[in-house]
Amino acid sequence: MKDFISIKFKVWRQDSYESRGSYEEFILERVSVNISLLEALDQLNEKLIIQNIRPITFDHDCREGICGSCGFLINGQPHGPKKATTTCQLYMRNFKDNALIILEPWRAQSFPIIQDLSVDRNALDKLIIAGGYFPTETGKAPDANLIPISPEKAFSSFETATCIGCGACVAGCKNASSSLFVAAKLAHLGQLPQGINGKKDRSRKMRKQMNIEGFGQCSNNLECEAVCPKEISADWISWMNKI
Amino acid sequence: MNNCINPNLPSGDVEGGWQKTIKNLTNIPSESKNKFQIIIVGCGLSGSSAAATLAEEGFKIKLITYHDSPRRAHSVSAQGGINAARSPEEERNKVVIDQLFKDTVIGGDFRAREASCQRLSEISSSIINQCVSQGVPFAREYDGTLATRRFGGAVVSRTFYARGQTGQQLLYGAYQALLRQVKLGNIELITKRDVLDLVIVNNVARGVITRNLVNGNLETHKANCVVLATGGYSNVYYLSTNSLKSNATAIWRAHKRGANFANPSFTQIHPTCIPPAGSYQSKLTLMSESLRNDGRIWLPKKINSQDDPENIPEHERDYFLERQYPKYGNLVPRDVASRRAKEICEKGFGIGFGGKGVYLDLKDSINKNGLKVIKAKYGNLLEMYERIVGEDPTKVPMKIYPAPHYTMGGLWVDYNLMSNIGGLFVLGEANYSVHGANRLGANALLQCLCDGYFISPKTITSWLANNKEIDNKKVDEACKEALNSVDKKIKVLLKIKGDKPVDYFHRTLGEIMISKCGISRNRKDLEFALEEVEKLNKNFKSNLKIPETNSGLNVELEKALRLEDFIELSKLMIKDAIEREESCGAHFREEYQTEEGEAKRNDDFFSHIAVWEFNSDNNSHIRYSEELNFKKIGLNTRNYK
Repeated sequence: MKDFISIKFKVWRQDSYESRGSYEEFILERVSVNISLLEALDQLNEKLIIQNIRPITFDHDCREGICGSCGFLINGQPHGPKKATTTCQLYMRNFKDNALIILEPWRAQSFPIIQDLSVDRNALDKLIIAGGYFPTETGKAPDANLIPISPEKAFSSFETATCIGCGACVAGCKNASSSLFVAAKLAHLGQLPQGINGKKDRSRKMRKQMNIEGFGQCSNNLECEAVCPKEISADWISWMNKI
Repeated sequence: MNNCINPNLPSGDVEGGWQKTIKNLTNIPSESKNKFQIIIVGCGLSGSSAAATLAEEGFKIKLITYHDSPRRAHSVSAQGGINAARSPEEERNKVVIDQLFKDTVIGGDFRAREASCQRLSEISSSIINQCVSQGVPFAREYDGTLATRRFGGAVVSRTFYARGQTGQQLLYGAYQALLRQVKLGNIELITKRDVLDLVIVNNVARGVITRNLVNGNLETHKANCVVLATGGYSNVYYLSTNSLKSNATAIWRAHKRGANFANPSFTQIHPTCIPPAGSYQSKLTLMSESLRNDGRIWLPKKINSQDDPENIPEHERDYFLERQYPKYGNLVPRDVASRRAKEICEKGFGIGFGGKGVYLDLKDSINKNGLKVIKAKYGNLLEMYERIVGEDPTKVPMKIYPAPHYTMGGLWVDYNLMSNIGGLFVLGEANYSVHGANRLGANALLQCLCDGYFISPKTITSWLANNKEIDNKKVDEACKEALNSVDKKIKVLLKIKGDKPVDYFHRTLGEIMISKCGISRNRKDLEFALEEVEKLNKNFKSNLKIPETNSGLNVELEKALRLEDFIELSKLMIKDAIEREESCGAHFREEYQTEEGEAKRNDDFFSHIAVWEFNSDNNSHIRYSEELNFKKIGLNTRNYK
């Protein structure tokens, strides 16, 4: 494999929510195969800045796959071609020399575009605000070992709690549904003994908010599961539907 | 000035000091609490937990963050776990509390206040109760009780964890408590804002100036008091394990408005990170230290070796940690492991890009325990490594190198977590409190949650109860002045119109800082670094290029504002490292070491916290010191040989 490759980027450019967008093409040469796609965009942006062209805007922060900031469509796929991998963890060795990489923002009515590849995912927070928590308050907690939890239950709850709120499940769904995001939160809380009581109430509130925020109904295509960088199973949607 | 460095410690015994302090704090009747507006900057573990708790009590909160959602704060990246002193038998409680206290003080190499470390240890158990009741899915034993594991620098098993994502799970617990209060109307969530200045009236914090990152507008926010929970400043080094946007701007602006900075040079370097792979590298990823339990660290005996590691025979490998530390081997403390790796790489034995890497080899452990056992233990870590490096670490030795990871230094606070500016509270990594010169593994998450859930809500309430009067006219004047000064600062940067992007200068700053004020330091290099940073500063101010934009959204401007503060902070870090003529914890001065090459403290002259005051009249710094006294634990030296 070559150590350096050339890439042709085709990127969605849009100044703001109100303005019209279009694709722009850029050729980037001498891209090390050992850097990430976001680092290749950094490299491209440095070139643009020197030419006094506005750099490409994209969301990112931790660059180790856990904060959930990054994410856009890479050749039509949320987070790109690699399974269980966020955009920031996608390395250039996954692309061939002279490859064309098309970058577009998440497309969903509930995620308005801010600029270029950056969208507003505030709607996901609104779903949690509607009821994705226990009503416990600081200083009033009983002893943590009072209610035993089996390791299997704890681990299963943990697995659904690993959702990073990136929005890929919404972007991957043809109905732009947030079913997997909501199901994951309900399953995280509802599997724990502390959460059995409020299960129905949480489900009702969060699902109502899904409609308010403009997310669509579950399309049953399971694309959400396929694109989830944390591999959260779509079975939890069926689990949610039985609450 | 001296009364400004009064740490307000509880009198009498270290044990029970916090309970005694609480008794003397003033409360506010619940129904009057909503008359007080509190601004909290930062939404990580300490900021979110403080916001949720203060809102539950009835205060009006504005939570300000540059993230789009509080769930993204850098606390989310913490892998390992959280320490807590818990014992099923009540009579053993004191013993385990003493153990955690002792490990924290000794880990910090006697450069933190005993009383604060004691409080951390005493509160720790209630943190676990709190988190479990929020639904944090900690790992469990077969009988359903909470599981623990051992962590570096500890002989006991007291670290609670949720696989390798403990920080994420604790943050989501606090985030959910926070959003519940948003729903109840007690918290206003203000996202996508950078805090660029503080509003201070008569030495009391009364507000902040923010820049809206989407439309570029400058805004003022007034309050009865301000809490900074903005994290650490490892990004001074450009390449670090921190998230890319982590920055020092809020604490640095506070410092320039009069808040003292404590021990800025105390920074922790993590020995096991994935080394840089090319010139556009943007961050370094941490690989859990636990790998050192099963990995043997080595380098080729041949200088500048380009051979594939699989082809290097056993007798041509130098297992340098095992050779130098026969007793602890690959498990020597973080700073020792980092220093030895740096030294040997600088002699030309390093491997990988720029010769900055050493091998961590799992082969022997795989042969002994089987591939299955190793995969079960480190599964997700090994996958992460393979994604980033493109090599299977069970077949090819891993490449690792030390990277800046955590900053113990921060704004000086007293026992009540208040800076020397009235009503300016500082929490979590942003303050200097319990970690001394080196933070104990799994104590970072603990400190954040102690500060946010249990300490600051009480001390903030008490301060507000005793400081109700606000001079609104003066506050408005101060807001105007601060807003104008931010506006001016931005215009100056935009006017430079040079030819180099921000990252060019940031990378250069990082190179100076990591080579001269990083893993090990000496006077000559530090003095040279100070000149280099000064040169860089001039270059930055005359050659920076920020491209023109049509809207207020301007990422390059955001970065430039952060870098300007990092450059100034770097100079103070270097000065602090020069003045501290001893080695302690993570601060290693080559001039002060034992014959075995170990850190040599100088307790006669440096058993104190260095407290730096900014003098705006002549743009200079004055160094004061706060003496440390050890009543419960005797000063002694660690020995890992």
